[in-house]
Amino acid sequence: MTNIPETGRTPRVQIRLVVIQILVLSLLGTLGGRLWYLQIREGAAYQKEASGNHVQQVVDPAVRGDILDARGVPLADNETRLVVSASRTDLLKQKDDGKGVLAKLAAVLGLKPEEVQQKVRLCDAKTPQPCWNGSPYQPIPITDEATPKQALQIRERAEDFPGITAEPEAVRRYGAPGKANTSQVLGYLSPVTDEEIQKAKDTDSPYLRSDMVGRSGLERQYDKELRGKAGVTRYEVDNLGRVIGKAKADPAESGSNLVTSIDARIQRVTEFELDKAMKVARQQFDKITGTNYKADSGAAVVMEAKTGRIVAMASAPDYDPNVWVGGISAKDYQALTGKNSDYPLLNRAIQGQAAPGSTFKVVSTAAAVEAGYDFNGRYPCTSSYSVGGQVFKNFEGESFGPIPLGRALEVSCDTVFYYLSDQEWKKDGGINPKKGQPKDFFYKAAHQFGLGKETGVDLPNEVTGRVPDRQWKLDYWKANKDAWCKYGKKDGSYVEKIAYENCLEGNKMREGDSINYSIGQGDTLVTPIQEAVIYGAVANGGTMYHPSIGKAVISADGKSVRELKPRPSGRLPVSKATLKGMDEAFAGVITRGTAAWKFGGWPQDKIPLHGKTGTAEVYGKQTTSWLATYSKDYTVIMTIAQAGTGSGASGEAVRNIYSALYGVQGDGSIDNKKAMLPEPQKTLPKVRPDGTVAAPKISTDPAKDVEAAQKNNTSNDEDQPPATSPSPNTNSNTRRRPRRRGSRRTRT
Amino acid sequence: MTGNTFSVSGYGPKRAGWTRILARDSLARRLDWPILLAALALSMIGSLLVFSATRNRTEINQGDPYYFLIRHFMNTGIGLALMIGTLWLGHRGLRNAVPILYGLSLAGILAVLTPLGSTVNGAHSWIVFGGGFSLQPSEFVKITIILGMAMLLSARVDAGDKAYPDHRTVLQALGLAAVPILIVLLMPDLGSVMVMVIIILGVLLASGASNRWVFGLISAGAIGAIAVWQLHILDDYQINRFAAFANPELDPAGVGYNTNQARIAIGSGGLTGAGLFHGSQTTGQFVPEQQTDFVFTVAGEELGFLGAGLIILLLGVILWRACRIARDSTELYGTVVAAGIVAWFAFQAFENVGMTLGIMPVTGLPLPFVSYGGSSMFAVWIAVGLLQSIRVQRPMSA
Repeated sequence: MTNIPETGRTPRVQIRLVVIQILVLSLLGTLGGRLWYLQIREGAAYQKEASGNHVQQVVDPAVRGDILDARGVPLADNETRLVVSASRTDLLKQKDDGKGVLAKLAAVLGLKPEEVQQKVRLCDAKTPQPCWNGSPYQPIPITDEATPKQALQIRERAEDFPGITAEPEAVRRYGAPGKANTSQVLGYLSPVTDEEIQKAKDTDSPYLRSDMVGRSGLERQYDKELRGKAGVTRYEVDNLGRVIGKAKADPAESGSNLVTSIDARIQRVTEFELDKAMKVARQQFDKITGTNYKADSGAAVVMEAKTGRIVAMASAPDYDPNVWVGGISAKDYQALTGKNSDYPLLNRAIQGQAAPGSTFKVVSTAAAVEAGYDFNGRYPCTSSYSVGGQVFKNFEGESFGPIPLGRALEVSCDTVFYYLSDQEWKKDGGINPKKGQPKDFFYKAAHQFGLGKETGVDLPNEVTGRVPDRQWKLDYWKANKDAWCKYGKKDGSYVEKIAYENCLEGNKMREGDSINYSIGQGDTLVTPIQEAVIYGAVANGGTMYHPSIGKAVISADGKSVRELKPRPSGRLPVSKATLKGMDEAFAGVITRGTAAWKFGGWPQDKIPLHGKTGTAEVYGKQTTSWLATYSKDYTVIMTIAQAGTGSGASGEAVRNIYSALYGVQGDGSIDNKKAMLPEPQKTLPKVRPDGTVAAPKISTDPAKDVEAAQKNNTSNDEDQPPATSPSPNTNSNTRRRPRRRGSRRTRT
Repeated sequence: MTGNTFSVSGYGPKRAGWTRILARDSLARRLDWPILLAALALSMIGSLLVFSATRNRTEINQGDPYYFLIRHFMNTGIGLALMIGTLWLGHRGLRNAVPILYGLSLAGILAVLTPLGSTVNGAHSWIVFGGGFSLQPSEFVKITIILGMAMLLSARVDAGDKAYPDHRTVLQALGLAAVPILIVLLMPDLGSVMVMVIIILGVLLASGASNRWVFGLISAGAIGAIAVWQLHILDDYQINRFAAFANPELDPAGVGYNTNQARIAIGSGGLTGAGLFHGSQTTGQFVPEQQTDFVFTVAGEELGFLGAGLIILLLGVILWRACRIARDSTELYGTVVAAGIVAWFAFQAFENVGMTLGIMPVTGLPLPFVSYGGSSMFAVWIAVGLLQSIRVQRPMSA
């Protein structure tokens, strides 16, 4: 075809035809290139999109596992409620955006139309509660308290209520068995957020849109176990949502049940006694501030001394965990978290920290023995201790002469510990030690007792407390010296003077710091759970445990039981002999020491109790009371902020808790039938063949039973304190010198 | 027919039928087989794709899964007959019939504007007869414009009077094309107007008309496009299509839906595709108009890069051969007609495939030979007939 006859075409036409041909080919080449790009290079992404397009998931939510007490009594379980929900997507398809349907729905449910409208609007920065903060594609619950009649009305006239469903759904219930609220320990649930879904997308436990997630307490700690796995059925659908393909189904797996070491009865007694103690404290007059005690918050822990298992954990003020079920209202949320609330969501047993006061002397005693002081040696318990013009007084100026360390613990003699700590401070090189010279026995001991770090309890967001050692002082000074140096004045007010001093030498361990530290005042902070671990270890011969609440995870069918064993965390740095001496001294506290006036008539020969009181000063506030006690099997710690002395505020409450455990009557006799838990619950509750857990019956209010048992006989309230015990006014020890370092909240 | 003209007397009657067909000078030997086979192959692939796209669409296939398949075959058959008819009449013969064809075309598109016309997918460009038959006259206008302009532009050149068409001739040719284009613009069938403008461009280029006309036409087209936009001649649906092209993420459930779903369908095909009848996008009917304007997405999803690439390749074969025919024609008339057809096929194919690939805005243009649609099928087969006629009627090379 090369030899073409005359065509009548001119070169111009010839050239243009070639141009057209090239143009046409390049167009086709463009198409081919684009096709390659879409299908080969980006093909995988489009394949994913295509499968998302035509696959619809129907989610069958898993039933959340129960949280049970040590005997199987459900602390948190589920109940079936009729839930009426609205689908936003369906409502928005309607001409009036579903307003008409919602108004009709409001009439059926007996609600105000505006109320229903507000529930389905989406939360954003400008929208106040109530509003929906879950996914807009998820059905929004309008009420979970529909009556069967209302549900029937809605379902029978489905055509009148497009986008509205009324279905029975499993809803969380916190039954408070025997009135044991257990609120902060249990925690609460709220709907999963978009970020969480994204974050957990590629993990082995991804979230579904409809999931509720544990937000605090055990609900959060054991969320993965409790949540189970939602069932998902996948349908292939066409563009109108009609099912055209085979369905692939994963059945729902119910969440496992969590058996805890909590005993609902003891929990109730503990909560009740803590609350009562706070109420009583508010009737007491505080001589120092000239008003009644405020007693605004408190915590109590009952722990098995030999395992670290928590039998009861109370934090006051508390709240009703059921306010979270079915979505919390704006008012309730404000009451729980607002600035004017008393932060009842905090679990003060693990999140409250305060100076330990004299309960800290167990650490100082161990440190002194470690530093070479004989436990049975004699140390001067003078009425005051002076250094460099400063006078550190013993409580009320008492003096007992030269006494051994055990006796110093018993009578809580401050000056003995001032003396020992000051000696060590001097040995360590004083204010300007050489490098490597300080042995810091007193600070090392605190760390060895597990202070300044989490105990590792199986609850989220535990706080660490603080050991004010050299490193901490340096860090704290670096962070604050600019402010101190700016604010401080040499001859200013008290606070200004403190700031001035801190600016100059706040990075150094001063003599006064070490003296204050020895009796648990100053910058030291501990949590109630840390105290429980320490006194539990003293009780069991020296082994510290990570405290635990979860005892076993039992699958929904009951076939798989995973026990959670006690986990030792270390040993106290105390020899057996010293421990024995301490043990005797702590028994003395109960029989003739600072707590004796509250334990008169206690059957000490049958159930030996041990204890240590503490009263910590807080700048600008009333004193924090501490009472740390233990028996053979249990440790009971109670602390109340702004409530005076340890024994005065908590003595009776702690005694009642022991009475409940061991069945001690008001007259000191022991009624084994009334003993709730004379020995720790060792066995797990029985699992029935269908997977449910058998639970014993529980009295409507165990706390009232205990109260009644105390009143049947002569109450110990009327008992005269034994002659050897100090009077209520002089029961504990307080430091004369006001706390330094300015005002700081110690209970957060 | 033409074959007889070249037969040698005395031998002819004794030759067996098949030897006559195979004879060096026979019609069969001189036909452009690559174009014919490629067009047939595209029509057959098209029938499979149309079948795949419609067998589940009960709301349009009258309950018969083969409804569209059978009709696509029928259309192809009628198209083949029209090609043979065109070949028999010859492109030269049709030159004489241009006034009649022109008149018929104008009558057709004017009829659409009367109450006889119907609106399909926003384009008021259909005449619907009873029994499910309908006609889109603008498809045939494309042929009329090519033949009419070619006739005017080549008359004096082929007569040897001039080397190039003069300005007056060009003006006449443009006037001839402008009348039906304006009517089609009123429908409004924007896609067809665009094809016609491109055809004019191709025809002018091939005719050797002055560069000034070519560039003038391009500028006029640009100005026209701006004017159409500014004067709000476009309907909302047309503006939306452009908006969705500019930003495909815009409202994926609404305006951008077509383009998005089309791209998902094609992209998910990969190298070899999901297999015929196994594409989830196609089976689930996620792509609208999938048997007509978006038929390429079926190929993309179910036949993959290989199948979809084959369609582009076959279109390339037709266009390549058509370009050769334009270049080899002994007279300017044939060259111009062939070039007009090249411009038409090339633009329509590029626009149709390009919009499914997301590189062109969405307009309602069918993919030649592949898309379901009688008028379009008939028109492209007539065009194949014209190409064959130009090829057959040139003198044998030495």
